[in-house]
Amino acid sequence: MQLSYLLRRLLYMVLVLFIMSIFSFIVIQLPPGDYLTTYIMTLQTQQGSVDTAQVEALRKQYGLDLPMYQQYIYWIKNMFKGDFGWSFEWRQPVGKLIADRLPMTVVISILTLLFTYAVAIPIGIYSATHQYSFGDFFFTVIGFIGLATPSFFLALVLMYVFNRYLGFNVGGLFSAQYIDAPWSFAKFIDLLKHLPIPIFVIGLSGTASIIRIMRGCLLDELRQQYVITARAKGLEEKRLLYKYPVRIAINPIISTIGWVLPGIVSGATITAIVLDIPTVGNLLYTALLSQDTYLAGSSIMILTFLTIVGTFISDLLLAWADPRIRYT
Amino acid sequence: MEEERVVQIEDAEFSLEKEELYTATQWQLMWRKFKRHKLAIVGLVMLLILYILGIFCEFFAVYDPAKRDTAYIYVPPQRIHFIDESGKFHLRPFVYGLKQESDPITWRRIYVEDKSIKYPIYFFVKGDKYKLWNLIECDRHFIGTKEGYLFLFGTDESGRDLFSRTIYGTRISLFTGLVGVFFSFIIGCILGGISGYYGGTTDIIIQRIIEFLISLPSIPLWMSLAAAMPKNWSPLKVYFLITIILSLIGWCNLARVVRGKLLELRELDFVTAARLAGANDWDIILKHLLPNFSSYLIVNITLAIPGMILGETALSFLGIGLRPPIISWGVLLKNAQNINTIALQPWLLIPGIFIVITVLAFNFLGDGLRDAADPYR
Repeated sequence: MQLSYLLRRLLYMVLVLFIMSIFSFIVIQLPPGDYLTTYIMTLQTQQGSVDTAQVEALRKQYGLDLPMYQQYIYWIKNMFKGDFGWSFEWRQPVGKLIADRLPMTVVISILTLLFTYAVAIPIGIYSATHQYSFGDFFFTVIGFIGLATPSFFLALVLMYVFNRYLGFNVGGLFSAQYIDAPWSFAKFIDLLKHLPIPIFVIGLSGTASIIRIMRGCLLDELRQQYVITARAKGLEEKRLLYKYPVRIAINPIISTIGWVLPGIVSGATITAIVLDIPTVGNLLYTALLSQDTYLAGSSIMILTFLTIVGTFISDLLLAWADPRIRYT
Repeated sequence: MEEERVVQIEDAEFSLEKEELYTATQWQLMWRKFKRHKLAIVGLVMLLILYILGIFCEFFAVYDPAKRDTAYIYVPPQRIHFIDESGKFHLRPFVYGLKQESDPITWRRIYVEDKSIKYPIYFFVKGDKYKLWNLIECDRHFIGTKEGYLFLFGTDESGRDLFSRTIYGTRISLFTGLVGVFFSFIIGCILGGISGYYGGTTDIIIQRIIEFLISLPSIPLWMSLAAAMPKNWSPLKVYFLITIILSLIGWCNLARVVRGKLLELRELDFVTAARLAGANDWDIILKHLLPNFSSYLIVNITLAIPGMILGETALSFLGIGLRPPIISWGVLLKNAQNINTIALQPWLLIPGIFIVITVLAFNFLGDGLRDAADPYR
């Protein structure tokens, strides 16, 4: 892999993150008034009055008395120091709130990504090699429905079905007794029990579209003449299939990470809200509702950062896996 | 002798069909190919029905969607009967009256069918007054009962009829898709057109912007934009802002299609000919290039609508998109947000089925159109 390609990609990523930071800052600034005004109002109702010195101190502390662009620079500077601001709603530093939820967000996203490909590729191969069979038809129908069902609706339906017929509550990531418990083997097992449903819900639509792509690519490949030649020469069917056409058909699939990953982060956000899973997306939602501006801005910044870095890594993997990719 | 004639006739028919095929216009060929795609026809019919329901929602709804009746809170969907308790068959379907009881264990209010009261269902029945499209005053409804009540999908937490609300939601949800696609279509065509026609640096910049927008997770982005909307905005303003937010990302794919096609077409001889004849750029794009890929545009527009509908639904469901008193499917589903509500009132999920059916229908239709768009293959 050429170094210049790597550098150019890195530069591009930094540029994208810079644009996103401006966007996040706008998100922080957009709501009328700042959170401090709301905060002062609640203080007033609680204590009767707030002395102006305290208000001024707060304003200074958050740089709210500075002009817009200086506020932005101030915000970015602090971010590099690891200070993401203060969440007024949670009364905790934003950095800590996000850090608490970040590992679970990453784990869920990666597991969903793995689930998507682990399920979609074999089914795609099956559908292509058994074109127009009952199985192919079945997966096509499932795929269409998977694409048409909004993830939050699927989550709601599963919640209902599990609650009604299995007496199992699918919300959250842990059973009640483990939520605040320290990590233990039992807690880990409990987590494993709760993970499949969110992963299935988040991954379904991505899986459905990749099945269709894989099926199409492999069908195109199977019609190529080299397949006929290989078959005529008496190559064993299994070897013939996996050695050439499947390998070639998988290449475009790797490049789909570029849009599957944003889709997963998107789906994970709304699913986490419905299923009450503590992820950064869920944090963003509550922050937006309560106009907790620093938390909202930092959350969206982190979410897009995750997506862009993930896509960047997948691009590098693709360039490494497929020597035909041009480094331009 | 007899056999020979049959063969001859068949031959004649065959050539007639062939002649028709050769003289058919491109649109006729597409229609031919489209008709063979059974699922696409199913999708088209489903969409026609849904859009008719949406356009005439005041007529198809049984009641005024805002009418509350505290005597009927969380009534489960009523069953339509043809056979009564004594086994007698009625040609006119009916629903039984409702009796309020309390659950012996949980003490919750429940409704049981009161078999002694029957409400027959009539077509074109007189009911709540409404103004069709805010213009024509009328009080006829497609179905209803002359006395009593008809809750086909049950009622919600303030006793409003969910069926009527779902039908009203059809209008908003379906047309949000159309309006959103209309905006993305305009942005996509202009930017994609510029990008593909001029090429060079302009092209690179626009392509980078598209790549950037596509690489972002859409729902968090939509959420943050929608949440910044002032709370005191009028419903109409909110509606337009939401559709614009949705199309801010939706235009990317359309722009890509337009650009790709333009790159392919601008090298062709007829474009050079037009340019030599003195046509200006916009004339070439609009008069000569656009008709050449309008079929591709239609396909991509069809496939872009469901994304818009899903986006609107998701935002409204989270409470940061459309808000009551606007009724959309997402707004209706917002009532079914937690497990306690769904476990006891599963019928609140019915609007979600409409979403799935609509998106399915658009995908079927889009698939059929895609096959038909290239009739020579």
